[in-house]
Amino acid sequence: MSTPYPFSALVGQDEMKRAILIAAVEPAIGGLLVLGDRGTGKSTAVRALAALLPKMRAVQGCRYHCDPDASTAAAACEDCARLKSGTRIKTDLLPVPVVDLPLGASEDRVLGALDLERALSQGVKVFEPGLLAKAHRGFLYIDEVNLLEDHLVDLLIDVAASGENLIEREGLSLRHPARFVLIGSGNPEEGELRPQLQDRFGLSVEVRTPSDIGQRVEVVRRRDAYERDPAAFHAQWAKADARVRRQILQARERLTGLTVGDDVLHRAAELCVAVQSDGLRGELTLMRAARALAALEGDAAVTLDHLREVAVPALRHRLRRNPLDDTASGERIERAVTELWC
Amino acid sequence: MVLSAWPPAWQAAWLLAVDPVGLGGLVLRGGASPFRDALLADLRQALPPATPWRRLPLNVDDERLLGGLDLGLSLAAGRPVHQAGLLAEAAGGVVVLPMAERADAGLAGRLAAQLEAGAGMCVVALDEGLAEDETLPAALTERLGLMATLTATAMVPQERAAASGSTSASALTAPADSTAPPAPPMTVAEVLAARARLAAVPCDAEVVQALCATAAALGLNSMRTVWQAWCAARAAAALAGREAVHQADAELAARLVLAPRARALPQAADGDAQQTPPDASSAASDANESPEKEQDSERRREADADADADAKAEGAPDADPRNDPRNDPRNEPSDASRHAETSVQALQDQTLAAARAAIPPGLLESLAGGVPRTGGGSGRKGAPARPAQSGRPLTPRRGPMRRGSRIDLLATLRAAVPWQRLREAERAQQGLPPATTALLLRRDDLHLKRFRRPQETTTVFVVDASGSQAMSRLAEAKGAVELLLADCYVRRDRVALLAFRGAGAELLLSPTRSLARARRALSSLPGGGGTPLAAGIEAAWLLGCRVQAREGGRVVLVFLTDARANIARDGSGGRLQAAQDALSAARRLRTDGLRSLLIDTSSRPEPAALVLAQAMGARYVPLPHGQAAQVYAAVSAAVSAPAV
Repeated sequence: MSTPYPFSALVGQDEMKRAILIAAVEPAIGGLLVLGDRGTGKSTAVRALAALLPKMRAVQGCRYHCDPDASTAAAACEDCARLKSGTRIKTDLLPVPVVDLPLGASEDRVLGALDLERALSQGVKVFEPGLLAKAHRGFLYIDEVNLLEDHLVDLLIDVAASGENLIEREGLSLRHPARFVLIGSGNPEEGELRPQLQDRFGLSVEVRTPSDIGQRVEVVRRRDAYERDPAAFHAQWAKADARVRRQILQARERLTGLTVGDDVLHRAAELCVAVQSDGLRGELTLMRAARALAALEGDAAVTLDHLREVAVPALRHRLRRNPLDDTASGERIERAVTELWC
Repeated sequence: MVLSAWPPAWQAAWLLAVDPVGLGGLVLRGGASPFRDALLADLRQALPPATPWRRLPLNVDDERLLGGLDLGLSLAAGRPVHQAGLLAEAAGGVVVLPMAERADAGLAGRLAAQLEAGAGMCVVALDEGLAEDETLPAALTERLGLMATLTATAMVPQERAAASGSTSASALTAPADSTAPPAPPMTVAEVLAARARLAAVPCDAEVVQALCATAAALGLNSMRTVWQAWCAARAAAALAGREAVHQADAELAARLVLAPRARALPQAADGDAQQTPPDASSAASDANESPEKEQDSERRREADADADADAKAEGAPDADPRNDPRNDPRNEPSDASRHAETSVQALQDQTLAAARAAIPPGLLESLAGGVPRTGGGSGRKGAPARPAQSGRPLTPRRGPMRRGSRIDLLATLRAAVPWQRLREAERAQQGLPPATTALLLRRDDLHLKRFRRPQETTTVFVVDASGSQAMSRLAEAKGAVELLLADCYVRRDRVALLAFRGAGAELLLSPTRSLARARRALSSLPGGGGTPLAAGIEAAWLLGCRVQAREGGRVVLVFLTDARANIARDGSGGRLQAAQDALSAARRLRTDGLRSLLIDTSSRPEPAALVLAQAMGARYVPLPHGQAAQVYAAVSAAVSAPAV
C-alpha cells in the first residue's frame, strides 16, 4: 500500500490503540499481544502505526540501521565498528521499520543466513541479514502468532530477551543487535499460545468487532471512502494523525522525567500478589505501562488511576490458568482491583 | 448482463471479474468436473486479455513463490541467476490454487500477506475437501470474499449447445429451474464497462446497514466479511448497469458472501417456524431425529414465537446461546438502530431472508444441531509433510533445494570434491574459460540436512453418551478431557472429542489445542438414547486414519464405554447384531495399527468390553468407580507410552 489506512480513522478499538501508543512510547514494555477474531482491524492498526511514527536517525551504510548516538560499547554491530573507527559517520533519516513475519517463514529468512549469491559469484562468505535485522529498532509483527512453528517461537523468545541475534551456522559466526517491539496477533479459538511466549509480551489486549450496528456501518463507510481515494482520505485525517504523532514525541521526552513513587510501586506489587501473577515481570510491566500512560496524558506524576487503567492489559496473560475455571482473567483482575483500591 | 440466469458459482465469478481487489477472491467448493473447468474458462475469457493468470502448485517453494535465486541454474552458469516470483507475475491478475484444502498455513499466510499488500491480485481457491472440516486454512478463507459450491445437480446440458454446435461448456451451465434463455457468457467489454461504472456507485448507508445486520444475525464477527459483502453488492449493481445499489444486489451479496460462512442460525425475520433445508437428506435426518433434538427445535420455535419483536428485527443473535459462542450482553444492538425507518427495516429483513435461504443444507443442519462448525480451524491442517527443521539429526540426503530444507555444507563438499579434476577437464573440452569459483558445484552435489520431526500426539476421546451411561460417567469423561487439555499446554498435543448416542456418532471437537473451544464442545455434550457402538468405533477409525495420514502424527483413541451395544451399524436395534458390528469395526482399528485404550465404565467389569478391547488391540482399563483424575492418569500413561 502506498498510503496505509490512517491510524486515527480506526473506528473504536480504544484499548488496542492505547496499548499500541504505550508500546511506541516505551519500547522496554516488551511488546504487545492482540487477541481476537479476524477482521477486527488488528493488522490495519499495526500498519497504520508505521506511517504514524516519526522517522529515526540511523548510521549510513550500516546494514542494521543502528542508532548513531548509541554508546560505542561492545553492543556495536560489526558495520558500525568499521564505520565509526574511521571518519565521522554520516546519518540517514529512515522510517521506523514495521516488519511482517509471515507464517511458515524459514529459519534462514528470520535469522539471516549465508548470502548464497555472493558465495556463488565472488566466492566470499558474507552474512545476509534476515527479518530480525530488518526489525531492529522497530516493530516485528506476527499475525496469527499462535500458529507459529515451535522452533521459530523458541528463536524469537531468545532474541527478544537478549536484544541480539547470535548466528552460529554454516560456518558463519557473528552477532548483531536486534532490539524490537514484538507485536503478535492471534485468535485463541484456533490454538493456545505457549505460556512461555505469552509471558514475553508486555501487554495483552482483546479486540472485538464493534457490537453496535451504527459503528459497523461507519467502518464500512470509512473503508469505502479510503478505497475510492486514498490520498484525499489521508489528507482528511492528516491533522488527527499529526496530533497523535506529537503526542508520542512529547511523551517520549516526558518519560525520562517521570518517576514512580514508592506508594504506587507498593500498590502494583499488592495487586500482583492478589491475583497470583507469575514472576516479577508483572510488576515491572505495570510500572512501565503506567508511567508511559502518564507521559502520554501529560500528567506530572504516576498515580493509582494510571495503574488502574493498565492493570488488565498488563496482567491478563500472566495469571496461572485453571482449566476448570471459566472466569476470564480480565474479570479476575478487575475484581481484585476493585477489592484492593476502592 | 442478467445475473439471475446463472447458477451461483457463475454469479460469483462474474462479480469477481468486476471487482477482483475488493472481493479478494472466490472459494469454489466441489471436486474436479467439466463444470469447474468451464467456469474457470469463462472467467478467464471475461477478463481483459493482458490479465495474468497463474496456477499455483501446492509444493511451490519460496524462491519460486516470492522470487529469488534459481539455485540449479546459478550453479550451472557459475553466476547468480534470478527468477521472478509467481506472486509478482500474478500482480493485477488471478492466482488459481488447486487442491486448496491441502494448502498449509505457510502458503496461506504468504498469499494473505500478498492480498493485504494491495498487489491487486485475486485468488480462486479450488476446495476439493470432502469432510466437513477439510477446507482451506482460515487465514485464506477470511480474505476470499465469495464462496460457492459447484454441484453437478444444479445444471443440466442445454439444447443450445447441440443446436449451436458450440463446444463451449458454458452452454451447459444454465440452471435447471430457470426458464430464462441461457445467456451467453460475459464478455470483456461488459466487464470493462462494469468496472468503469463501479466508482460511480455511491456508498449506500441503508444497504450497508442491512448487510451489517445480516452478518450480525449470522454470527459473523469479521468486519472484512461485511466489507466484502458491500463490494459484492456494488459490483452487482455495476454489472446490471445501475447507478445505485438495489435490494436485489444486497440479497445477492448476502447469498454469495455471508450465507456460506454462517456460524449461527438467524431467526426468521417474519416469525416463521424453522425453515427446513430444501434437500432430501435433511428429510431423512428429520425422520430419525432424536427426541432430544426435537425438543430442542421445539423450544427454539417457542423462542421464535415469543421473542421480542424488536430484537428480531435487528437481527439479534439466535436465542439459543449454544449457537452463538460469542453471545455476550455487549453484542446487543444499541439504541441507535432501534429508530430505523421502516424502509431500512424491510431491506434488512429481505436481505436476511435471502441469506437464510442460501445457507448450504449441511451447514444449516449443523447449526440447527447447535454445534457451530469450525472449518479450517487449526493452522496445521492439511500441511504437507515438510522436512523437519529441528530435532534429532539424521544422515544428510542428496536432493534438490526445497522450501524448509537446509544445505548440509560438509556433505555437499564431500560429494563435490572428488569430481573437481574431471569437471575442470570437461569445461576445458567445452571451450569454456576457467571457472571463477574455487569449487565447481553441480546441482547433484547438494546434500540437505535432515531431522527427525518431533511427533505430536492427537488424543481422540470416544465417549459413550447413551442412556446406559450414567450422567456421572459423562462428567468424568469431561473432567479427564479438561485435565488432558491443560497438559497440552506443556506437551503441545491435541485433543479431539467424538460422542456416540442414539442413531450415530458425532464429532464434537475436531483435533484442537484450544481450551476455549474444547470447553464449549464439552459443555454441550448431550446424553441419552441407544448405544451405536459400531458407529462410534467407525467414526474414531476414520478420524484416526485421517489424522495419521495427514499430519503423520500419532493417534491414541480413548474409548469410554460400557460396551453394551444395542444399535447396529445400519441403525436398526438388536443387541446381537450390534455387538457383532462393533467387533468387526474394532478389528479394523487393529489392522490399521491405531493405538487405543478402552476404559470400561460399567459398574462391574464387563466381559463384552474385554472382548472388544482384545479385538481392537487396546489396553483394557476397568474403572468401575472412576474419578476424572483416574481416567486422566490411565490416559496419560497410554499417551506417553512408547509406540509399539
